Amino acid sequence: MSEKELGQKWDRCLADAAIKVGAGLGLGIVFSVVFFKRRTFPIAFGTGTGLGMAYSNCQNDLRSPYLVHSNATKEQ
Amino acid sequence: AVNLWIMFFFFLSSQNCLCGKVPVHPLQHCRRYTSLQIKFGGGLGGTILYAKWDPKFRANVEKSVPYSDQLFEMTLGPPPPPFIPMQKKPVKAEPLQISSVSEASKDSKQPKPKSKAKEKQPEPAPVDPKPAVEEAPALPPQTIEAEECHECASHEPAVKERPGEEVAARLAQQDKAEQDCCMFSALSFNLEDTLGFSAKLTLQAIGAQEAALTAIGTHTHRLREAMDSEDPPDKKSAQWRELEDALSERTRAVDQAGQSLLQAKEQLEKLRVVINGAKESKIEAARPQILAAEENLHSMIVDLDKVVTKVQAAQTEAKIVSQYSELVNEAKVQFQKELSSITPEVQANWKGLTGKLSADDLNSLIAHAHRRIDQLNRELAEQRVREQIRIEAALEQQKHEHQRAVDSAVDKAIQHNHEQLRLEQEKKMQEVREVMEAEMRTQLRRQAAAHTDHLRDVLKVQEQELREEAQEALSSKMMEQETQHRRLAQEQLDSFTLDMNSAYARLKGMEEAIDSHVVAEEEARKAHQLWLSVEALNYTLKTAAADAPTEPLEGAVRTIKESCAENEFAQALATALPDESLTRGVYSEASLRARFYGVRRLARRVALIDETRNSLYQYFLSYLQSILLFEKEQEAPPTKLAAQDLDTFKLLAYATYSIERGDLELAAKFVNQLHGESRRVAQDWLKEARLTLETKQVVSLLSAYANAVGLGTTQAP
Repeated sequence: MSEKELGQKWDRCLADAAIKVGAGLGLGIVFSVVFFKRRTFPIAFGTGTGLGMAYSNCQNDLRSPYLVHSNATKEQ
Repeated sequence: AVNLWIMFFFFLSSQNCLCGKVPVHPLQHCRRYTSLQIKFGGGLGGTILYAKWDPKFRANVEKSVPYSDQLFEMTLGPPPPPFIPMQKKPVKAEPLQISSVSEASKDSKQPKPKSKAKEKQPEPAPVDPKPAVEEAPALPPQTIEAEECHECASHEPAVKERPGEEVAARLAQQDKAEQDCCMFSALSFNLEDTLGFSAKLTLQAIGAQEAALTAIGTHTHRLREAMDSEDPPDKKSAQWRELEDALSERTRAVDQAGQSLLQAKEQLEKLRVVINGAKESKIEAARPQILAAEENLHSMIVDLDKVVTKVQAAQTEAKIVSQYSELVNEAKVQFQKELSSITPEVQANWKGLTGKLSADDLNSLIAHAHRRIDQLNRELAEQRVREQIRIEAALEQQKHEHQRAVDSAVDKAIQHNHEQLRLEQEKKMQEVREVMEAEMRTQLRRQAAAHTDHLRDVLKVQEQELREEAQEALSSKMMEQETQHRRLAQEQLDSFTLDMNSAYARLKGMEEAIDSHVVAEEEARKAHQLWLSVEALNYTLKTAAADAPTEPLEGAVRTIKESCAENEFAQALATALPDESLTRGVYSEASLRARFYGVRRLARRVALIDETRNSLYQYFLSYLQSILLFEKEQEAPPTKLAAQDLDTFKLLAYATYSIERGDLELAAKFVNQLHGESRRVAQDWLKEARLTLETKQVVSLLSAYANAVGLGTTQAP
């Protein structure tokens, strides 16, 4: 079902975002804790990185059908 | 006759003169006819007179003029008796001839009582001589004479009766003759038989007659010797004995001769009867035999007659001698009487005289004899005187007798000759007849041959003609028949062919009808099947639960494919179904409709996203747009899409409108116009919709086709 694809994508995005954010957070926390003496920037950073990564993934995931591959152009 | 005619003419002339001399008188009218009347009367009288004189003329007139016989009978009396035929004469003459014989001759043709009487007479005749010797010489002649007289007397009645007998015999003969010609052999046999027998008897008779003749001769001679001789008594006695012997011999011989003659005559008469019978039977082939038999008969009769004549002559002589001896015996008797008067003890027996006379008897006898001699001398002298007269008388008698004998002999000879001539004539006639017959036969044969030839030729020609005719007729008839037959056959054939053709045509028609029916039924069945399968398909389409596709249409399509394998259209259509529908089935319209709303929402949300704008931000923006944009959910689509109608929201509104109206196709069309992400989102729905639409289209086509086909088949052609 093509209409379910978007939903799935969003699910994945969210899931991914969650994971990434969480991971980022976590890493951030970790890093923050570990490395950065409880600074908040790694958490932000991590979370942001996570979020950004998630965003980017989500976007890519959502963009994926429109992407033109080099091999396709070659085939043309 | 001449005198009569002269008288007749005189009469006529007198009448004429009478007529001429009569003056005119008041009775002139009757006198005027007188001449004619007189002439007529004269003619009639003359005819009658001439008829009286000439019976032939009378007969002619009777024959030619009707009722003249009555007139003649009235005037002249009955006609003279007809001429007696000649044939009866010799038959009459011969028996007369035969039976004219004097001694002991029987006539077997005489009626039975007379023959019996005759039989009785010869019986006393042989019986008589036996008892009395002396009377014997006298008696036999007497008896013979008596017989003669009897016969002479009975000739006439015999003759008179013979015609009756003759007629009866003739009738009998005719009756015999009426038998068939197979009598010929019997007749010839009979003839031969009788001929042989009669010949034998005749020979016997002739022999007997000759014996009688000799006996008579010897007897006469002896008698004469005895009379003339002057032998001593013992010799005389011997002579007398011899004479007696001779007499007895003679009588015996004569009797025998007479008997045999009788038998012979009987047989001859029988033969004559048979001959006559044979003659009457008119069998030609027997003629020579009859002739021969007649000849034989005639010769036998002739011989018999000759012998009989001889015997007769001898007997006449013997008669004379016997007369003489009679006289002598008379004298002797007288002498004996005298002797017996003188010598009564001597037996007056001629035979006894020889041995029983004593001496004085002899002396007395001699004396008596001397006296007798004297007396006899005187008588002799007297006799000598009367001799002349007596001689003359005797000569006269002799002459008469001679004349009679001559007459009879002449008659006999005449008759013999006549008979012979007749026989010769008959023989000649027979010969001539045979010759003529042979001639005639040859001529007839020739003619018959010619005739047969001619007939053959004619017959051949006729046969040819007839055959041709017949052939022609046959051929024409055959032709006719053939043509008729052919025609009939042809007709039959034609009718048959017609019938057959019509039947065939009908059959064909029926077959075609049946076939077409079958075909139609087949078609109908197929259509039905198709329809059924299409209905099945339809039904399978209906089996789509909500959000679940139908059952795979494969089975139904296979059924369709199987059921109407030869229906190309159906096959094409069946193959035109998309594989997805076959394998997976299709979604129902309702499910699609339901899904559409989801698709619509989604499509609205991602309305801004396309290949250029597909970041998240855009997503957010399109989402925001979809929330913030308020438009009609359903919008009636225009008939023609303009460029501004290609907006997502518009399109979706159109589609929603369409889908709400059940027009999935239009909705699919509108959804097909989506771009970007909306399109991508609606892609599956579109696909499904497309599938469903396709399937539906095909199925509707199929069903329409099935319906059409079904309609087509169920409709009458």
